[in-house]
Amino acid sequence: MSESTALTPTVRTRLTLPSGVARSNTALVVGLLILGIIVALAIAAPALSRWDPIEPDPLHALLPPSGTHLFGTDNLGRDIFSRVLHGARSDLTLASVAVLAPFAIGLAVGITCGYAGGWFDVIVMRVADIVTAFPFFILVISLVFVLGGGVWTIFIAITAVSWVAYARIVRAETMVVRNTEFVSACQVGGITTPRILLRHIAPNVLTQAVVYAMSDIVMNVGVIVTLSYFGLGIVPPTPDWGAMMADGQQFLAAGYYGLTLFPAAAVVLTSLALSLVGEGLAHVLRIER
Amino acid sequence: MVTDGRPGTDAAAILEVEGLTLTLGRGAGAPRILDDVSFTVRAGEARGFVGESGSGKSMTLRAVMGILPPTVHVESGRILFRGEEIVARAPDGSPSTVSARLQQLRGTGISMIFQEPSVALNPVTTVGEQIVDAVRRRDGMSRRTARRRALELMDLVGIRNPGERLGSYPFELSGGMRQRVMIAAAVAGNPQLILCDEPTTALDVTVQAQILALFRHVRDELDAALLYVTHDLGVVAELCDSLTVLYSGKVMESRQDLRAAIDQPFHPYTRALLQSTPDIDHLEQRLRTIPGSAPTPQNRPAGCPFADRCDRVQDDCRQGPVPDVGVGSEVVVHCLHPFGRGSAANGVIDPSPAEVLR
Amino acid sequence: MTGVARTGDTPAVEGQAPLLDCRDLVVTFPSKRGGEPFTAVDHASLSVRSGEVVGLVGESGSGKSTIARAVVGLQPLDSGVISFMGEDLTGRRTIAQRSGMQMVFQDPYGSLDPRMSIRGTLSEMVRRHTPLRGQEVERRCLELLDLVALPSAILDSRPAGMSGGQRQRVAIARALSAGPRLLVADEAVAALDVSVQAGIVNLLADLRRDVGLSILFISHDLSIVRTLCDRVAVIHLGRIVEEQPCADLYANPQQEYTKALLGAIPRLHARRGNASPPAAAWAAPAGAQ
Repeated sequence: MSESTALTPTVRTRLTLPSGVARSNTALVVGLLILGIIVALAIAAPALSRWDPIEPDPLHALLPPSGTHLFGTDNLGRDIFSRVLHGARSDLTLASVAVLAPFAIGLAVGITCGYAGGWFDVIVMRVADIVTAFPFFILVISLVFVLGGGVWTIFIAITAVSWVAYARIVRAETMVVRNTEFVSACQVGGITTPRILLRHIAPNVLTQAVVYAMSDIVMNVGVIVTLSYFGLGIVPPTPDWGAMMADGQQFLAAGYYGLTLFPAAAVVLTSLALSLVGEGLAHVLRIER
Repeated sequence: MVTDGRPGTDAAAILEVEGLTLTLGRGAGAPRILDDVSFTVRAGEARGFVGESGSGKSMTLRAVMGILPPTVHVESGRILFRGEEIVARAPDGSPSTVSARLQQLRGTGISMIFQEPSVALNPVTTVGEQIVDAVRRRDGMSRRTARRRALELMDLVGIRNPGERLGSYPFELSGGMRQRVMIAAAVAGNPQLILCDEPTTALDVTVQAQILALFRHVRDELDAALLYVTHDLGVVAELCDSLTVLYSGKVMESRQDLRAAIDQPFHPYTRALLQSTPDIDHLEQRLRTIPGSAPTPQNRPAGCPFADRCDRVQDDCRQGPVPDVGVGSEVVVHCLHPFGRGSAANGVIDPSPAEVLR
Repeated sequence: MTGVARTGDTPAVEGQAPLLDCRDLVVTFPSKRGGEPFTAVDHASLSVRSGEVVGLVGESGSGKSTIARAVVGLQPLDSGVISFMGEDLTGRRTIAQRSGMQMVFQDPYGSLDPRMSIRGTLSEMVRRHTPLRGQEVERRCLELLDLVALPSAILDSRPAGMSGGQRQRVAIARALSAGPRLLVADEAVAALDVSVQAGIVNLLADLRRDVGLSILFISHDLSIVRTLCDRVAVIHLGRIVEEQPCADLYANPQQEYTKALLGAIPRLHARRGNASPPAAAWAAPAGAQ
């Protein structure tokens, strides 16, 4: 076992690989950069939009990109650039928030199943199996029809299905950590079980779940966009990338690409940024033994 | 000088490591994993290669086999097998040049036995298959002949009921048996040099005793040379003829006569190592320790790497340069103030009786 | 710390009830392939008196670690009694019982929580086992580090930057923070370099003298055990085959297995007497798997 004198910082953008050679964490840096720009633009959307994203202006419909309208206008004369920026707000917010509940539920369930085992583990995992046996979109669409459209429905639908992946990941990691000697040392040391779960197990199993959360946000963006594309998601006229792409489809044949192209590019860029951040985080959060 | 009928310095050199320096990465300031390491293994000789963790001893073996990790570069020096260069510095800056000849030699001229047989053996093929593969690699003989040879080898390494064992998988065997299988596969090609990377460290002490006895037996049968890497001086004392002691990537002491080295070590590190090894036959009141810890390749100081932990240290030790003194190639000591009369200036060690360890 | 811990010179009072008394312990594990259950511990009895260091020596699979885990409550017993300070112990331990007995594990790279600083690891135990709070906890942590000869700067580090010997010292400090009467050392030095081993063994000898700690020292290494222990028990296939005062065991082993064990140890110097291994020792014994 070779000895290393480097003390471990908590977060780093330069990696020290076990061989001692330092490499830049390009994925994390680039990903955070792009994501940062997107988030900044989304936050500043009201300030940056010269034009109202919702108010129609039929006189200026289907204009190509120009100095006045950076991305052109759509069929109702609304400025596409403003709509893309505002769409970022609704889509990103929903996608991020929709990750929190499954993350929290999955973490709690996963740790309990992994640590306790026994009949609780068996029953909960079978429930999880049943949930994943359903095709995701069928479940979501059914829920949407039952509960009506809108933000809350999407929220509940995603949560009902997504918690399973987190639970499985966390459970597997917990089962590994449970058998380590430092957990045994805590048990021998008389540390209470809740404290062991919270202070020792959770921090050591979080990594994989956090990395997965990043890709989950990407998936959520896709889900929300898809649902809105089918008219089941965010209620118009709130701008949303999916709805914009659906609305703009009919104009592609006539040569008006901007309506679909710009929101689609936004989706791809955001997904790319989140994936890079996820990958970078995976490296960074791995603590050397 | 010949002891126990083992070859002395006039026997042919099987392995020569000359001034080998390995670095982590390239460039001027790259940390050195091995620093100007030189030693020789002669035909039929068993050389013990001793060092603590982080000393670079495993990396040395990997260099000889040509299986260094891609981040480790040969900065200077070379390795010769029977006079033929097999590993050297690469002119284009890639880690090292491993000659095509070495690829041929693996298994037949040089073979290696690893520490963890459960990791080195393929878990999804039977042990019989693995030994047969090792046999066929050399001569390309038919399966039937190879199987016969495999049975002979298993008999050589003391596996009872070899016929039944041929069909066993590694997980069905105990650690000691797996190690025997690995040894059988390693000697299948009648190698002239066997590299051993701590092969008994993971074994129980009674099994270790059997395996060490097996090594002695195999050496006698094959007349192979052995380069035995370990941190356990007791094991080396049981098995080897000669000794090289490695510390923080540098050879501290190299002796042709192991018994003499144990009775009378010249380097302070060797002495400290011997004193901290508990001896079952001599009751110690309190174990000797070596305070502090070895420097990492990144932190190696100028001068002698052992200076901070040495109880004989003097000012010139920290500044360096530290010479290699000794008696021909039989004794090499990397020290400014070794035990033994004679100074570094005239490069001669002449041990006085008072300096004898035991 | 100077001074000598001489073997055969126990400060324990004869005739007093032992501190730890294990009587007729049996532990079996179900066989995975549905065959006979595997008996790991076969009616083993062991005791440690106050102020005594007892060595338990055996090879892998002998049951010594199972006994160690049973003593500290990590392994349930099939039958048998473990009593500590006169009280019979069950699987569930009270905090007072936990305080009295602590364990140091074999793997220095697994027995400390990689995400907790040393300060966190030590103060967690101090808070659990003493009424100290606030600044006093910090002071106690420094005292503990002093007891194991570690610099105070290490409090802010995480295990990743530390050597095996340092980690074991931290593990010992953690065990001491509960104020135990008995320390169970399960192969505590097996994973360390020879020169580092000596330091830890000396530390244990000093603690026994300075703090009055009793130690159950589990090991496979008869050489180490000799320098530390007052009494030695040899375990083979779950049974205690021999138990004697230390010096007597080495001078006069009674059982064949003990003799084989002693004979197998590699010698630095020429063997004396008839302790050499038999000539045909290289062949695998009949019946070996």
